[in-house]
Amino acid sequence: MSAFSALKIQPPQLHGLNSKKFAEKSPSCLKTISNPFLGSIQRIPNLRRRRGVSDLPRAASPSTIVAISELVKEKTSKSAASGLLITREEGLELYEDMILGRSFEDMCAQMYYRGKMFGFVHLYNGQEAVSTGFIKLLTQSDSVVSTYRDHVHSLSKGVSARSVMSELFGKTTGCCRGQGGSMHMFSKEHNVLGGFAFIGEGIPVATGAAFSSKYRREVLKEECDDVTLAFFGDGTCNNGQFFECLNMAALWKLPIVFVVENNLWAIGMSHLRATSDPEIWKKGPAFGMPGIHVDGMDVLKVREVAKEAIGRARRGEGPTLVECETYRFRGHSLADPDELRDPAEKAHYAARDPIMALKKYIIENNLANESELKVIEKKIDEIVEEAVEFADKSPLPPRSQLLENVFADPKGFGIGPDGRYRCEDPGFTEGTAQV
Amino acid sequence: MATVQGLATTMTTLPETFFSSPSSRSIQFPAVVAGRRHHVAQSQRRITVVGLRSDGGVSFSNQGAGHRGLHLIPTAVASTAEASASSATAKPGHELLLFEALREGLEEEMDRDPLVCVMGEDVGHYGGSYKVTKGLANKFGDLRVLDTPIAENSFTGMGIGAAMTGLRPIVEGMNMGFLLLAFNQISNNCGMLHYTSGGQFTIPIVIRGPGGVGRQLGAEHSQRLESYFQSVPGLQMVACSTSYNAKGLMKAAIRSENPVILFEHVLLYNLKERIPDEEYICCLEEAEMVRPGEHITILTYSRMRYHVMQAAKTLVNKGYDPEVIDIRSLKPFDLYTIGNSVKKTHRVLIVEECMRTGGIGASLRAAIMENFWDYLDTPIECLSSQDVPTPYAGTLEDWTVVQPPQIVAAVEKLCCM
Repeated sequence: MSAFSALKIQPPQLHGLNSKKFAEKSPSCLKTISNPFLGSIQRIPNLRRRRGVSDLPRAASPSTIVAISELVKEKTSKSAASGLLITREEGLELYEDMILGRSFEDMCAQMYYRGKMFGFVHLYNGQEAVSTGFIKLLTQSDSVVSTYRDHVHSLSKGVSARSVMSELFGKTTGCCRGQGGSMHMFSKEHNVLGGFAFIGEGIPVATGAAFSSKYRREVLKEECDDVTLAFFGDGTCNNGQFFECLNMAALWKLPIVFVVENNLWAIGMSHLRATSDPEIWKKGPAFGMPGIHVDGMDVLKVREVAKEAIGRARRGEGPTLVECETYRFRGHSLADPDELRDPAEKAHYAARDPIMALKKYIIENNLANESELKVIEKKIDEIVEEAVEFADKSPLPPRSQLLENVFADPKGFGIGPDGRYRCEDPGFTEGTAQV
Repeated sequence: MATVQGLATTMTTLPETFFSSPSSRSIQFPAVVAGRRHHVAQSQRRITVVGLRSDGGVSFSNQGAGHRGLHLIPTAVASTAEASASSATAKPGHELLLFEALREGLEEEMDRDPLVCVMGEDVGHYGGSYKVTKGLANKFGDLRVLDTPIAENSFTGMGIGAAMTGLRPIVEGMNMGFLLLAFNQISNNCGMLHYTSGGQFTIPIVIRGPGGVGRQLGAEHSQRLESYFQSVPGLQMVACSTSYNAKGLMKAAIRSENPVILFEHVLLYNLKERIPDEEYICCLEEAEMVRPGEHITILTYSRMRYHVMQAAKTLVNKGYDPEVIDIRSLKPFDLYTIGNSVKKTHRVLIVEECMRTGGIGASLRAAIMENFWDYLDTPIECLSSQDVPTPYAGTLEDWTVVQPPQIVAAVEKLCCM
């Protein structure tokens, strides 16, 4: 049995969780820190402290967050030599991605209130660190599975802002031809496997994608080390599909990472009111995989944990459960008045805005200066504006599109009374056929 | 009177109670295979069965008490059916039981395409609860014939995710009823993902398993899920009823790019039939003409096909000439074959095992009315199972399901209108 342990990377206090301990092993752990996942002594710098470039990580003070990553120790890149976690290029990439996510979502809100998009739209403001931290480590052939809060996951994975915005506007140029909408973002090209409206529904799909990867490697003997990331929230962690998939993934050592975006609220249901044991990371070891808790408002910490988890999956060591403590700055959806959450709680997390934190880190560590970051922000503004224009100008789906994608093989509509397949009916391509 | 071979075998088999061994309580092996039988009086349900067991033994059982009724000569009807058979009778072929035919089809497809894989409970080492996947795990390995934990919703979703990323999985529900737990995945993801992704992802999955009313299996193991799934857009549903079409539909379903649900029936697994040696597939969207006739169109599928053919013997003796069509494709309906028949006979009787409310028969009735109203001389009659949870007691169970005497009575009523 492979060694596993749970590690909690303790963020600053909130809601009464233990603030004293910082590296806590679950009682069920078989081995100690020599576990390859959790074996390093490297520390992630506390972003709130000023650090010079030449500072090397030192022994932690009690409030320092302890991160374990053996891979970080082995890094030979410039950033390791300098003691930083990211290079300048990486920093700018992360910053750009988070700004894109934030600007895009803000624009969505505007467009929604202007009547350009309808239905349920769930925005990701505040959680950008999780998406950027994880997805920017993936290759194109790796897969991402998300929930209804999927715009930013798609953008991080590489789907263009234009096609996401068009999809939201319900235009035929959208990534799903306007047929999916906000909650069903798919991209074959970038391996975004959805976009699911029911929570928990995507986790088995992600497990299947990971199974495919393992199948290709072991049965088809292809060189395949594709990893799948499954993103879902705290509410989902009380759902059966979550547990069933944790079991199967650990059983077959599937190359998957289960990323819990614990933003403490499932619409209006507080995580603490819904969950008998609110520490979700603990549920990993129960199934035989490491469970990690990380500060999801800090993209660098998320990225370090993600590297390890994704690395594990790629090496065939199996799944990991990562709980990211994060927060959504807006309501559950644009229809949610968000009256239930305590303003003090919102203010606390607003102060931990991941974009502000990264900006500070970049500037303080001289990876870039303010004006360079402004250039990026401007560039993103333009991209998002252009996306809106493109979506506005795009055509609405014509009637002929109605029946086209119901079946991959349209013979599935059957044989009509005249003996011909219904899809051969000229009305079919017009969308007016009787099926 | 030897056991009739070929497609005609299908007509001499399966009275409503044909397990000769009361020990077959488990859901695994019905003991009795095809056998000849004597038809007894319509009021008498019990019959004498000569059974060829799946383990090679022969068993006799006289479950009947009381008087005998009409004695029919099956060959008279058999010859008509043989004429309508597909190429099965043209070549010598080989004899297979239905579950073996399913396995053969599955194995051939797995040999042909390495992306085809199976997942389900007990499909691997155990060989499948009805032995459809027996021996395949040894041949193809544990990953291609995957034993899953008991988590239908999740492993069906896993199959869908695998299908989206290029594999061609076959998900087995140990009993179709268990797939109720997978309804979320089947409805939302299996049926809809191709559409909501704008056509980007195909889901070439096959979901199969045994369903239908068995031999006192109790309410939950006796469900007919075809009525629940028929409204899900994007799914195709087919029901097999003979070794020939079981293998053909299995192969066609695997090769199809659409998600297909293949309904098998618990009581039909031991049907024996001679099927061709050469490769063949059945069209997923077509219905099967079982017995051409002139007076009335009887539409049926799965196990009820055998009740209908049993009733057909009585009807022929009484001078009726029913046309029996096994619709096979439950969704979509083959309106061409059905329509041609309606245009010829002008009377329609639907015999199904589904529940009365919202069943396949209900949809079929509506579809026929909509398309062939002008050709009907009588209202469409639909015989379905009662809207009753299938009772355990054998007598009650028999009364929930349509029996041949009811079919005969319905035909007589329609033909006299």
